[in-house]
Amino acid sequence: MAFELTDEMRAVIGVEGKPWPVEFTSTGIRGFARGVGYTDPVYYDVAAAQAAGYANLPAPPTYSGIPVFIPGQNDDRYGAPLATDQPHLRHGLKNVLDGGTEHHYVRIPVAGETLFSTGKVANLEVKESRALGTMLVITSESTFRDAAGEVVFTTRGQGIFY
Amino acid sequence: MTLSFDSITVGDELPLLTKTPGREQLVKYAAGSGDFNPLHYDADFAQAKAIGDNIVHGRMKYASLGQVVSDWAGHAAVVSSISCQYRGMDLQGKTFTVGGTVTSKDESARTVEIDVWTKDASGAVTTPGKATLRFR
Repeated sequence: MAFELTDEMRAVIGVEGKPWPVEFTSTGIRGFARGVGYTDPVYYDVAAAQAAGYANLPAPPTYSGIPVFIPGQNDDRYGAPLATDQPHLRHGLKNVLDGGTEHHYVRIPVAGETLFSTGKVANLEVKESRALGTMLVITSESTFRDAAGEVVFTTRGQGIFY
Repeated sequence: MTLSFDSITVGDELPLLTKTPGREQLVKYAAGSGDFNPLHYDADFAQAKAIGDNIVHGRMKYASLGQVVSDWAGHAAVVSSISCQYRGMDLQGKTFTVGGTVTSKDESARTVEIDVWTKDASGAVTTPGKATLRFR
């Protein structure tokens, strides 16, 4: 199929949505560690976490916390915040694959923190694939800041639409 | 035993993790992560039927790359970055392995870089990635 980036699509690149609160709780961290299959007590037992040098249970690598959920304001299946006024990218492609994910940490969040994430489309790229034909690769970026406004970590993800 | 930065050599291999997550484990991951896509736990979901079974969350494999690094380093180091690409599916109830190899070491920054991966039962790499650890 013919697919081209339009000026309307390019206009969303770099436009951030409103910050959304994301909670790191001891229950949430234990639940994630349990879901992944960790047996390391540092992710479950506050005393073990403190003995390892953390103020409270640390977020396991790749855990991005849980966005505050309010019915109608978050995606019901994935929990992602929808009511952030981040501009919607209209591209008309129906199929999607998760291409990749990355986390870059300034420091490790610990239980008891509420961070604020802001999302944006960081890049748009049209690629050709033998298997899928023309693909639109959307790179999304989220920045997680603490209450003082300091960046704690950033994430990037590639969604492949075709 | 705590891993020491000085003991690490480029080429060191991380102890392997072996996982065989069934639907119950994937439901736990869904609850822990907030990703409730039925593709991962509902055998009657159309996309699961088309594939032949429920599939492991890609992000669970990504998190497992974090786990193999965390289990190896203990808390002598923190992960400063981690990334992966989703190349292939793993089916629920099937075994996959998680491993990694130290690819570089920066003595002054006290960091090491690691190539990490998940492999399916046939040995195909389904989730290649990279991690950087910063020692305390």
